[in-house]
Amino acid sequence: MDELTKPPAGQTLDPKNWVTAYADYLYRYAISQVNDEDQARDLVQETFLAGLQSQHNFAGKSSERTWLTAILKNKIYDVYRKKANGLKTEEMSNSIGEEPDFFHEDGHWKKEDAPQQFGVDDFDPLARKELNKALKNCLQKLPALWLSVFTMKHMEDEATDSICTELRLTQANFWVIIHRAKLNLRACLQRNWM
Amino acid sequence: MNELRKVIYNCRKATYLIDKRLIGSITFRETVELRIHLIGCKVCGIYMKQSKMINQMIRQLLKSEKPQEIQLDEGFKEALQAQITAEINKN
Repeated sequence: MDELTKPPAGQTLDPKNWVTAYADYLYRYAISQVNDEDQARDLVQETFLAGLQSQHNFAGKSSERTWLTAILKNKIYDVYRKKANGLKTEEMSNSIGEEPDFFHEDGHWKKEDAPQQFGVDDFDPLARKELNKALKNCLQKLPALWLSVFTMKHMEDEATDSICTELRLTQANFWVIIHRAKLNLRACLQRNWM
Repeated sequence: MNELRKVIYNCRKATYLIDKRLIGSITFRETVELRIHLIGCKVCGIYMKQSKMINQMIRQLLKSEKPQEIQLDEGFKEALQAQITAEINKN
């Protein structure tokens, strides 16, 4: 919208107005990705400070808000990466973790773990809301690395290659994690829903 | 034929392919194998539907803008403003 009213390439930075103009916006963005108020505050602060340090990198091609959001996004990735790395040394012997045991040796679903219809009507907003709440809880139960991989992939349609590089994963491990995270999420939803 | 057998009768492999296909790509051969598996396996059909739904829900969850009520408290903002002003004046 604003692009039309402003002269092209006339974007400049105005750090003294950042807090007033963008602090709440960036805070909301951060909180939707990290789900932790304290961490989200820290991220906003770090974003502004990093922005001040790298003002000379601003080419004026994007809006100030877009530029700051990009910095914030990188900070969020750092958080994911730290979580992912901390995890490897902790409880997990390898980066992809345990296979959820939903299948028999021969690859068939175990009877008690087999997917059942949720019976949620697409047009029933109340049921959708409840299901959303259940999903949020289930997401929190995923191992940190899985959650990071999952969130990064869905957040901005981030390319698989760059996620693998960021989190130091092989492509094969990436897909195994996506799959296991999904199996667990779905099973968790089923347990909490049925 | 052996490989084909494996997928046709293997829900573990089929669900892997389902999840991969939803956000990435699988080979033509895998697509055919998966299709054959789904013809005979209703349970994996349910899985596919639910997997797709979960992806949609997660996207909405992540992309939905948080309500405007969520704001930083004024004290924090003032401190932040002071910090930034100090940084600017340093240079």
